[in-house]
Formats: sequence, structure tokens, C-alpha cells
Amino acid sequence: MKTLFYDVVVIGGGPAGVAAAIKARDKGLNTILLENREVLGGIPLQCIHPGFGVHYFKEDLTGTEFITRLLDRLVESRVEYLTRAYVHSIKYRDVYDKVVNVVTPSGVLEIHAEAIIYAAGARERHLFEIGAYGDRVDGVYTAGEAQMLMDIYGVLPGREVIIIGSGDVGLIMARRFALEGVRVKAVVEILPYPGGLMRNVVQCLIDYNIPLLLGHRVVRITGRGRVEKAVVARVDENLKPIPGTEFEISCDTVVISAGLRPNIDLLERMGVAVDPSTGGPVVNEYLETSVPGIFAAGNALVINDLVDYAVEQGEVAAEGAYVFIENNGIPSENWLRVVKGRNIRLVVPHYVSGKRNVVLYARVMQPERNVYIEVPEIGYRVFTYGVRPSEMIRLKLRPEHFKRVEGLNRITLQVTPG
Amino acid sequence: MRRELELYCIICPASCTLRVVVDKDGIVEVRGNQCPRGVEYAKQEVLEPRRYVISVVRVHHGDMPTVSVITGKPVPKDCIWRVMELLASIEVEAPVEIGDVVLKDICGTDVVATRRVKRVA
Repeated sequence: MKTLFYDVVVIGGGPAGVAAAIKARDKGLNTILLENREVLGGIPLQCIHPGFGVHYFKEDLTGTEFITRLLDRLVESRVEYLTRAYVHSIKYRDVYDKVVNVVTPSGVLEIHAEAIIYAAGARERHLFEIGAYGDRVDGVYTAGEAQMLMDIYGVLPGREVIIIGSGDVGLIMARRFALEGVRVKAVVEILPYPGGLMRNVVQCLIDYNIPLLLGHRVVRITGRGRVEKAVVARVDENLKPIPGTEFEISCDTVVISAGLRPNIDLLERMGVAVDPSTGGPVVNEYLETSVPGIFAAGNALVINDLVDYAVEQGEVAAEGAYVFIENNGIPSENWLRVVKGRNIRLVVPHYVSGKRNVVLYARVMQPERNVYIEVPEIGYRVFTYGVRPSEMIRLKLRPEHFKRVEGLNRITLQVTPG
Repeated sequence: MRRELELYCIICPASCTLRVVVDKDGIVEVRGNQCPRGVEYAKQEVLEPRRYVISVVRVHHGDMPTVSVITGKPVPKDCIWRVMELLASIEVEAPVEIGDVVLKDICGTDVVATRRVKRVA
């Protein structure tokens, strides 16, 4: 076993981790980036559609182009990295010494660091989490698996497909299937509105006449050896199938696009506080978790819909690691709790100081039109034509916003009718 | 005849909801856009809708089995299938660099690579 010493260990070589490692290195921190797969890059490697980098590079790139550019920067910055490096555990020795135990093809490493940036991404929700029962058959894939098969390996997973869930990956895969001559028989969404961005509903489903069954769920998948059909039912307001509304759709493939969950097993084992509404850790404005010196970014922190946000979080976390190391800990603040107000399902970060620029990321519970996004305590109010659960709200609060008010201990983010 | 259409701008992920007022002479007004590209999109979408075509093409001797590709510009919707058919018929040789043309001059544009594929023995 080899023992190594760094200022910062970044766990996860996707967009957030790569951005964090570049930023930490540019700040002069001795940094190492760990990735468990054979190549750096994460999920954008298999995203061949555009919509990446509009904010960060001010250009609309495909996922593949975006990540290539980011990785070129990593190489320019001479960041040290290891691939096929599997993080087995993180041990908290004391505030200035955390130990990351890593399994690599060349042996076990014990890496000591003052700060850790955790950017291990998310996992896809699978069949057992969405209440679809039936036979255990071939031909059931998550959207990400189908995407990897088609767009990295060039293999078609099937000929007649049903997609469960109308999240963006599911919509994008519906179009990919349609373009390759695969029949997409339906996209089945349990909620009364689509899960993905409207632009994807337009250019992925409507363009190809793919039926979107809102307020429906797949209750059973059956077949012998391979998927033969799916049983679909309408749901009531409690999302329970309505008896008597079942119908069958024949297909040879079922693709599940039922959302993502932050991958935080390693953090949970350290006892990090978790926010049930994001599924990720509770963090302050430096994206520091409840364990001092452990930061989180990207989809491991909160499920983002834009890669630009994951990258932004990676950079904030690196900034946080720098402040932590320079000051022997994040300076104590009169932290203001960010409270979820009307029609807000989740918001990150959970604590802000009001002394630095801070970006809040939030999602609403219900779609709503012509609304104000408000933080009433500090008089922040912005009009928008519409909010949807699938579209993250990003807002920047500046110290000027907080100057006028004294004695705050919390701020509330809320959506109010215009 | 004045009509009000609702379009969702697909230019960037902000997905602005556009209210487009159209009369016999064309577009009168576009509202709801957060940037000028929304107006351009509304005009194009009402007159002649266009889309980018994205796919993958088989690569020989590459460190990846496929290279991802995109049309240099959005093509008229009617052209999508022609582009797809041609892409299915071609294969390329590694190395491939981002921006390399894999299919020239189709529907008023080229199809270019969006993934770097290194050559392996």
C-alpha cells in the first residue's frame, strides 16, 4: 500500500469533478482527480446532442464537444489524475486530515488530504423504484444504458420501444430511436405534465409523432425471455393505477427514464447530513457539507439539468476548498438558512452568509405561469413567464441584496402569482 | 386573420415560452423571449421549421467504435431522413478530430464530427 499526500482530492471525473480539479490546481492547490471508469469525462461522453456549454463556453455544443474542451483544459492545467481508481472509503481523521482509500490496478492507495471535493454524480432510478412488476425479461434498459449502447457502441437495443418517464434523457432517446428507424410506441409519464424541458418535448416527440401518455404508468412488463408487451394504466390523483383502465402495448424493449438520484453512499457512510428533497448533502454557500472540509458538486449535490450548472458548482467547491485550506477551516458566519417557501420543492445551498455572491439552484413543485420568484426578506423579486419542475431555477444573490436588512437568520425562496 | 400561437423556443435549454402573433403578412409580434434569438426562432419555425440532425457513424481502427456527428446548420425538417439514410451508408477511418467533415454538402450544409477518435493499431 502506498501513502500519498495532497491538498485536495477530487472524487469523480465528470464535468463537476474535472472543473473542480482545474480550478483547485489553478488556485495553486496540490490536487489529484480520481475516476473509477477507464476514461475521464463522465456522462457527456455519450451525449451526442447539443445543449451543452451555453452559459460556460457561451456556445451551444454537443456533450461530446463540451467534455473534450473541458478535458483539454485539464491537460493544459497539468492536473494529476488517476483512472480506474475506485474509492473504497473516506476516513475523517481530524479537520486537516482526511484519508481516501483507493483501489487501483497497480495497488491500494491511501491518499491524505485537507479537503475533499465529492463529485461522484448520480445513478438512474430503476424498475424496482417505479412500481412496474411482471416477468424478469431481457430488453429492459435505463435510458443511460440505451444511450451508451447506441451512441458509443453503435448497437440498437431493440426494434419496438416503450419509454417509461419523460425526463430529458428519455425524450432525447425517443428521438434517437426514431431517427434510427426504431418504433417508439409511447412515452409513458405518471405525472400530468412532461418531466423534461419543453424544447425536448417539441423536437423529440412532436416532431416524430411519438405519443406522450401523461397521467399513465406501466404496471406490468411481460414476455418469455424477451420483453413482449407492457401493460399500461391511467392513474388517479394519488398516482395509483385506476382499475379497468389497463391496456396493452406490444414491444420488445422497455427503456426507463425515471430520473436520477445523487450517488452519495460514501458521504452517507461518513454521517454527512442529507436533504431528503434533493437526495444530496446539506451544504453552505461554499458547497461544504456538514463534515468540515468535505465539499460536494454536480449531480452528487443536486440533480442538475444543465452541465453548465454542474461545472459552476465544481468551481465553487474548489473555491471553498481553497478558502478552507487558507483559513484552516471555513470562517464561521452568521449563516442564514434558506427556507423553501411557496411552490419550492428544493433549493441548494442550504445556508448562505449574505456577504459574498451566491448562486441558488431551485426547483418548483408545480408548473405555474406568469409568476414572481422572490426572496421577500431582502426584497429580491424577478418576473418570469413560467416555472416548471423540470427546469431548474438559477438565481444569483449579491451582498448588496442583504445590506438593507439587519438581524436576519433566514431567507425564504418562494414563487408567487404575478 | 390575426392568430396568437404559443411556441416553445428550442434554441437553448432556457426553453422560453413564446407568444407569437401572426397575421396575413406574417409575424406581427413575439413576446416571452429572453434574447433576440427567440424572435429569429419564431420566424423560422412559422415559415420553415429546421432542425439539427445528430447521429453516430461507424469508425474503423478507432479507440471508440463510433464517432458522433451533427449537421453544421439546422436542416429543413423534410431533409432529416435523407441525411440519416446517407449517414447509415458511410464509415470513416480513424483518427477523427472534432469538426472533421464526414459528409459534404447535404441540404445546404456539411455533417461534421463532434467526438475525437484516436487511431489504434
